[in-house]
Amino acid sequence: MHLPLVLPPVVTGYLLLIAFGRRGILGQTFENCCGLVFSFRWTGAALAAGVMGFPLMVRAIRLSIEAVDRRLEDAAATLGSGRLGVFFAVTLPLSVPGLLAGVVLGFAKALGEFGATITFVSNIPGETRTLPAAIYTLTQTPGGDAAAGRLVLIAVALSLAALVASELLARRLATRISG
Amino acid sequence: MTLQVDITRHAGDFALDAAFEAPAGVTAVLGRSGAGKSTLVSAIAGLSRPDSGRIDLGSTTLFDRAARIDLPPRKRRVAVVFQESRLFPHLSVRSNLMFGRRRRSEAQGPSFEQVVETLGIGALLSRRPRSLSGGERQRVAIGRALLAGPGALLFDEPLAALDAERKAEIMPFLETIVAGAEIPVLYVTHALEEARRLADRMIVLERGTVLASGPVEAAVAAAGLASAGDRFLDGVTVEATIAEIDERYELTGLALGQHRVWAPGVLGAVGEAARLRFLARDVALSLDPPQRSSVRNVLPGLVRSLKRTGGPYAIVSVDVGGAVLRAEITTRAADELGLAPGRMVHALVKSVAVSRA
Repeated sequence: MHLPLVLPPVVTGYLLLIAFGRRGILGQTFENCCGLVFSFRWTGAALAAGVMGFPLMVRAIRLSIEAVDRRLEDAAATLGSGRLGVFFAVTLPLSVPGLLAGVVLGFAKALGEFGATITFVSNIPGETRTLPAAIYTLTQTPGGDAAAGRLVLIAVALSLAALVASELLARRLATRISG
Repeated sequence: MTLQVDITRHAGDFALDAAFEAPAGVTAVLGRSGAGKSTLVSAIAGLSRPDSGRIDLGSTTLFDRAARIDLPPRKRRVAVVFQESRLFPHLSVRSNLMFGRRRRSEAQGPSFEQVVETLGIGALLSRRPRSLSGGERQRVAIGRALLAGPGALLFDEPLAALDAERKAEIMPFLETIVAGAEIPVLYVTHALEEARRLADRMIVLERGTVLASGPVEAAVAAAGLASAGDRFLDGVTVEATIAEIDERYELTGLALGQHRVWAPGVLGAVGEAARLRFLARDVALSLDPPQRSSVRNVLPGLVRSLKRTGGPYAIVSVDVGGAVLRAEITTRAADELGLAPGRMVHALVKSVAVSRA
């Protein structure tokens, strides 16, 4: 589960290619059952982004859930809450700021994902060319600097917007949580 | 309804092996830290599992190792008032109060309005726990437990985290609430005063076993709490400085305000600080300084307060300058000496009764 966090992204991409490629076991299964093709399609780029971003997000969320005061959960149980009840009434609301941080982290990782994507689904214009791949391509093209600069600005704006939004939300939630 | 407990639990080198019954009304569980009080509370509430034994509440078996019964906390109808109040920080006081009530629709017991009125928390309902004082928080926690309509109520050192003033603020509410309780109420504490004030019966817990149980004063006597410099007893701890050592008689003279206090043994080097414990039972009062007496420590001071603690007992606080000592005397002595706040007295403490805290 945490393997994609530590593996070089290119290796993850290569493993995805083997498993989810047209001849890969999982690739064939998905194609036969739901007509879903990953290799060299935008769906594959999404899968790569997910595989790379998800462990990071889950890790952050898990930490924030585990950080909730066990004693409050115990108190809720003595007041008649079952396990699920305790989770939804106490654990989840108290871990929302961490949850949010996890989502932003996952988003950022997915946005920046390069190695696994390019290995798995290549860099096909209009299909699998992600923002980082597009920037990379333009920097390799003579006269592409201006276009690359515009994309860089978009990337910066997107990242900043996500960061600011999460920060604002987290603050608002934090005051709501602790009064 | 009676709470019957007979359980054992081992954790590391600590062992709890407790058996007792708590009928409707208040039963104090007295013990120092490490005596097994918290383990007992969490076992009854279902937050930890005993190794063996059983727990019954009325006709419901909460836990029975042999029959493999272990009701989850939510089904036990055992509400707990924790030392640290444990209010939910993301909910308003009102939602905290209703937390248990909403989840137990069949809940009996006092109405929301009654509880709010009794605890005087009507003005706090829309506030968040964080903005409350320690005393207010604890009142809300008590209300929350009551409103869960419990079949048994556990207080786990509810006053231990509060300062003396807050304790005094909560005590009357506690007294009102537990008076005439129709369910078993376990009041866990390390303070004998609290147990005496609130409880009808008492269980004395020491190193995981029940040392004595029964009516409060009987349990006090049976557990031998009156002897051996027991920490349960009323008294004060003061800071003093070692001023001189009498090597020939093995005595330490300590500076306490303007006074010199003699304690047995060599407690340290001159100039060092030492904390001394004066038990209220060991402090006598005299209007005149004693003549030719074996009592080595005579500290003149002013009576600050006189509290009749019930029965033949009274506690007198005496400000001796640098410390306020407490003396437990009989009400008859208090009357015959005409003790009242502002009166000049001499606090007498035998040297052998002074011990290091």
